[in-house]
Parts: sequence; C-alpha cells; structure tokens
Amino acid sequence: MKRRNLLAGLAGAMVAGCSKVAETEPMASLLHRAEDWHRKAHRALASNTALAPEFSPQDISPYFRGNGTLNPATPAYEAAAANNFADWRLEVRGLVNNPLSLSLDDIRALPQRTQITRHDCVEGWSAIGKWTGPQLGILLDQAYLSDEARYIIFRCADKLGGSDYYESVDLVDAYHPQTIIAHMLNDAPLPIANGAPLRMRIERQLGYKHAKYLTAIEAVAELGAVEGGKGGYWEDRANYAWYAGI
Amino acid sequence: MKRRAPRHRLFTRLWHWINLLCLVILFMSGLNISNAHPRLYWGQAGFSPSEAWAFIPNFPGWATIPGYYSLAAARQWHLLFAWVFAIGLLAFMVVSVINGHFRKDIATRLKEWRKSSIMADIRAHLRLDFSHGAGQYNFLQKAAYGLVIFIMLPLMIFTGMAMSPAMDAAWPWLLDIFGGRQSARSIHFICAWGLFGFLILHVALVFLSGPIGQLKAMILGGSRDETP
Repeated sequence: MKRRNLLAGLAGAMVAGCSKVAETEPMASLLHRAEDWHRKAHRALASNTALAPEFSPQDISPYFRGNGTLNPATPAYEAAAANNFADWRLEVRGLVNNPLSLSLDDIRALPQRTQITRHDCVEGWSAIGKWTGPQLGILLDQAYLSDEARYIIFRCADKLGGSDYYESVDLVDAYHPQTIIAHMLNDAPLPIANGAPLRMRIERQLGYKHAKYLTAIEAVAELGAVEGGKGGYWEDRANYAWYAGI
Repeated sequence: MKRRAPRHRLFTRLWHWINLLCLVILFMSGLNISNAHPRLYWGQAGFSPSEAWAFIPNFPGWATIPGYYSLAAARQWHLLFAWVFAIGLLAFMVVSVINGHFRKDIATRLKEWRKSSIMADIRAHLRLDFSHGAGQYNFLQKAAYGLVIFIMLPLMIFTGMAMSPAMDAAWPWLLDIFGGRQSARSIHFICAWGLFGFLILHVALVFLSGPIGQLKAMILGGSRDETP
C-alpha cells in the first residue's frame, strides 16, 4: 500500500469518527459550551476595562478591507448615501427609560474617542485602522438603561441572503472604553464598504461582531426572543460563536 | 522482591495517547480553518495577496475536521481540544518534574553534546542500530523529544493565544514576543507542520525499531533494561 494512501485512509477514518461523535448529544453540547469557558477565562485573566492594543499611525493598513456586505444597495440606503446621510437616524430603544433618536450631528457632538486598533476577521486576516466616535456607554447612560437590560442588540440597514444583519454583546463589552460607534475611519467619514455612516467597534472580539450600517441600538433582557435567538446573524445561520474573543 | 519500574510510566502513557488524539484533531481542524483564508503574513496585520509571504493550497475534505468546509464547526473542534491539549501538557510537565521523567529520561548531559558523540549517534541511526537499551533514550531522541515538549508544543499554545483579540487585551506581551498577530499565525502554521514532520519521523522510527514491542510498551508499560 502506498504510504500516502495509508495516511489518507487514517485521516478519513478520523474525519468519519469525529463526525459520528459530534452528532452525539454530549459532544455537541461540549463543542458549543467551550465558548463559555473562553469568555470566563478571558474575563478572569483581564479586567473588564483592559484595552485591546492600540497602534501608531504608521501601522495603519494602506486600505481597509471591507467584508460581508460591501453596500446595502437598498433604495432607502442609496437615497441616504446620495444625501450624504444627512437624514440618517440612530435610535436607542428597548429596555431604556429615555429612548433616543440621534442624527449624525448629534453623534458628532458627543465626546469622541479615537483609537488605532487591529480588526481581526474570523477567517484569519487582520487590518489596522483609526476609528473615531462616541463610546456606546455614553449613549446608554443618556438613554437611562433599565436595570433589566442584559444585552445590547445592534440593528443594521444591510441584508445578507435576504435577512437583516444584526449582532449583540453583553454589558461588559457594551461599556468597554473602546466600544465606540465609529463614524470616521482614518480621519475621513466611514466609507460605504466599511459601514457608512455608522458602525460598531467591539475591539476585543472578532470582526463579525462589529455591526455596520447601524440604525438602532436595542437593550434587551434575553437574546432568545430576538431573530434566530442566538444573538447574531452568523450565530443564527452558521453556528458561529456568540462570544467571539478568540 | 522489588518490582521493576515500567519502561514508560502510566502517566506518561496516558498523556502520550491523549496528546496524540488532541494533536490529530487540532491539526485536521486547523487545516479546515486554514482553508478560510489560505494566505500567511508577517507583522501585526495583513489581508491582501500583495502582503502575503505564503499561499497555502486548499486542503481536501479527507484531511480536515469536519470533512467539509465549515469554519464555525472547525473552530469549535479546534478550540475545545486546545483546552484538553494545553491542560494535558501542563499536567504532563508538572508530573514529569515530580516523578523525575524529565531529569532521568529527557535531560541531556554535557558530554552528550560533544560533536564526536553526536556523530556516533547519527551513524548508529543510519545503520538502524537502536540497541541502546530499552527505556534509555539516545541523544537525538532526547533532543527531539525536548524540542517538541519544551519548544514546539508550548509555541503552538502561545501563538494560538496571540491570535485571540481578547487574549491580546489581557496579555499584550504575546504580541511583543511573536512580533504581531499575523506573525503568530504564521509561526502557528509552520510549527503545526513541524509537528506533523515529527509525527512521521517518530512513527517511522517506531516501525524500524520493532513496532510490536514499542507499541506494547507504550500501551502496557513494558520493562526497562538495567542501566548499562
């Protein structure tokens, strides 16, 4: 027997064995549960306000790759883009005592944070960019977040495969100092491919958490009743981890 | 009568087989993850072909876990078994310090590092002469095991952690050690294939030195020759 065939045969048996094991209830739940261990380990190793590394201007990537939706291209979005997003509103709603509806000018008038951070895609690549915007925590405070709120949902103007994109984080990441609503990339208004006019930055998690084309911020007590129930577009469809710190 | 020590201690055997299972699952799920973005870069960041130093071929389904392309499922396997692998390695290291496995079996002595004795060892390997006493490792064997246990396996763990954005916030020094996330990813990939090479060499040498006896000893313990 050729050695290569032996290796392929062994590997094939391993693949078949793993898929059989993965179908069993305990293994399936273990594969899913490890995500909670990652979150707990990360939270134990770092304080809730530990910052993702920030870089210097010469580290900024020559251009910033867009991923996922590169243009929502709906009639409403096209009209808003043609109008330079002058009428764009960001709602803050759900379990808040003071719902908000903010224009881009309102958002620019808030205290701003600028950070040069690394964006890590779940696929493996990274890009470094300079982001500017107000901290999400400021908006949540202005909206008087209710005591029952546990998660923050990000609603988006783009659809992927016919469904609305959305994402969510818990309050630790919502109130993290680097969690900002970015309206600028590299000192210019956010390009359409990168989420114009507003996108989230969740710097200690992977790229799919950083919702683009942001239309609303919604506070909820549980994720189960929202969309597919797993807390995000890719989580609902492709079983991606909701906690994406790794 | 005093019981003779086994050639391989129970804990060493247990770890050896658990670790093999982990490495196979980690390697094969890792190949699936590699298929998601089959380019490697040096430095902090990188995404375009013009920045890449390596273009990796697509790995076929028979070599990946799961056997079809699924980044989400491959990551679940990879990250679950990373825990087993890391905790297992840590336990093996602690126990092997305590029970003397490292000191007695893996540590090399100064005189073994002389060129003449290394050359003699290489010549013995080329003659396929492995008669250095059961349970006694020769110099090349100790050096290979030492390299794997103390350098390559820990390197896999720490380069893996350096790719996690949350770990980079907790332990920013991970990036300083490896020169950035994309460098860590490149080292992770190179080291994984280095371990694959070790596996092939290791299995080949088991076959050349009496596979039945070697396997039996690694499963049941075997017996140790008296010190020559």
